[in-house]
Amino acid sequence: MTATATTGTVIADKVPPRKSKPPKERVSWSATTLIALGSLFILIPLYFTIAMALKTQAQSTGSGFQFPTSIRWANFSDAWELVDFPRAATVSILIAIVAVAGEVLISAGAAWAIARNFDNKLFKYSFYYILAAMFIPFPVVALAQIRLTAAVHIDNPLGVALLHILFSLPFNILLFTAFIRTIPVTLEESSAIDGCTPWRTFTRVVFPLLGPMSATVGIFAFLGSWNDFMMPSLITANASHQTLPVVQNVFAGSLSANYNVAMASYLLAMAPSIIGYLFAQRFVISGVMRGAVK
Amino acid sequence: MATVTDTTPAGRAAPRPDDGAARQRQGPALAHYLLLLPPVVLFSFFIVLPAFQGAFYSFTNYVGFGSWKFIGLTNYLAALGDPNIRHSYIFTLYFAFTTTIVVNLLALFIAIGLNSRIRWRGGFRTVYFIPMVVSGLVVSYVFAYLFNTSIPGIVGFGPLHSGILTSSTWAWLGVVFVTTWQSLPGATIIFLAGLSTIDGDVYEAAELDGADGRRSLRWMTLPLLAPFVIINTVLSLKGFLGAYDIIIGLTNGGPGTATQSISLTIINGLGTGDYAYQLANSMMFFILTIVLSVAQLAFLSRTNRK
Repeated sequence: MTATATTGTVIADKVPPRKSKPPKERVSWSATTLIALGSLFILIPLYFTIAMALKTQAQSTGSGFQFPTSIRWANFSDAWELVDFPRAATVSILIAIVAVAGEVLISAGAAWAIARNFDNKLFKYSFYYILAAMFIPFPVVALAQIRLTAAVHIDNPLGVALLHILFSLPFNILLFTAFIRTIPVTLEESSAIDGCTPWRTFTRVVFPLLGPMSATVGIFAFLGSWNDFMMPSLITANASHQTLPVVQNVFAGSLSANYNVAMASYLLAMAPSIIGYLFAQRFVISGVMRGAVK
Repeated sequence: MATVTDTTPAGRAAPRPDDGAARQRQGPALAHYLLLLPPVVLFSFFIVLPAFQGAFYSFTNYVGFGSWKFIGLTNYLAALGDPNIRHSYIFTLYFAFTTTIVVNLLALFIAIGLNSRIRWRGGFRTVYFIPMVVSGLVVSYVFAYLFNTSIPGIVGFGPLHSGILTSSTWAWLGVVFVTTWQSLPGATIIFLAGLSTIDGDVYEAAELDGADGRRSLRWMTLPLLAPFVIINTVLSLKGFLGAYDIIIGLTNGGPGTATQSISLTIINGLGTGDYAYQLANSMMFFILTIVLSVAQLAFLSRTNRK
């Protein structure tokens, strides 16, 4: 028991938050230059989107990289109305909330049940059964799933969120069971002796301990559901219940599209996750890294 | 979630002295079943059942509604001889392997760079990981404009001038570029996680033994990162085989069918009455995904052991 306890702390500490301050050793300026040049590949398209989104159509001739001289804020209000931003954002947020909460709670619970009953055949084979399905890509089952979700009347954002939860179940259960195995059973046993029911042990003792892995699963769940295009575009039958990425296709089809308004709309669609990331970047990066180490 | 018995002291099980030891042999509690079974049932109904349904109807002439009959392997044979489908497999494999190699090489360099003694390390990490949080579709709409309008205005000659997305010879490179742009952070993070598991002491020891930077990279960093190379290539390849969003945003499969991936072909079968036919296609795609993943795992772990 003590052995599992020690490995637990070791693995949990494996991903310490990176120190942002450069080490006191000499700075490698050649590496810094290369990395700085590489970062331009990320930044230039973002700069381009912002510059285009701010310009008037008259200013956007040529390559479009020129710095905006007179700013047309109306691009944003036009885009806002054209794609009905509030409605699409509401749908996206709804799907993201259900997917994040569902993925964290459902896979944490299932993983705990599996990890603590691995000597029981039902639990053991359920684990292998779910893992075996990890390699089913969405396109493979998409055609049958579109009919199935329509038949049971969940061809809507809730159905999309449910499918996100289920498609991520194998990976999430893998992450959670690996993490739960590092938590000593003695903790749960002592809470049982103190009179806790298994429910209470899970909600009061186990789940709080899963915090770091719940963060990891939650981040993946958010990024996967918020940015997805394929699943909502195929599953949601009602076009007015589409997510933020999907509604951007109004600009793609029309030749007469105002590209400045289109870029403003793309920027509005990208902004929430980029801003959220900039504020919580250390949390996000360490969370994703924790998923990678497993 | 808590039941009534949780809150009433009377409902609590009386603690027995041997509870801790006995719990192991008691078997699963009701709560364990309630936590496990609903997700397993939903999973079976919404993911495993459609997979079997798809497999079943792929042997029929079902068009999505109405009556159907078994036609054996007809769909599979027809799909194998279909130039459109064959082309989508060649394109997808070519694209997926190229992108896997490009992404992993670049990600390895970036991870080593971001892990080295650079200035403003935190800031650069923040920048490099931005593509991870944005939608592939939206990003490719931006890149489509860059490739179609901006770059031709800057570059005065060659395929970049005439717009690579409109050339059936070069359009695939545009798809590789944007996919790489979006997938680099994920692969880089896995390598960074790998680098963080390497103890700094091994480098000190190597330095004392006279290894320079390049040698310790070749003989220390790369072998120690091998497991992470495996994870990365398997995950990348699997993702790229299913390419969809970025292609929709960039080329919509065009020009012609030049960048039509397998996923696009399958989904395009939706409205055309090719239902069972495309189901056969998706089953072949499924088998291909599994075979490639397994082969890759076997191959990479063997080379790793040598």
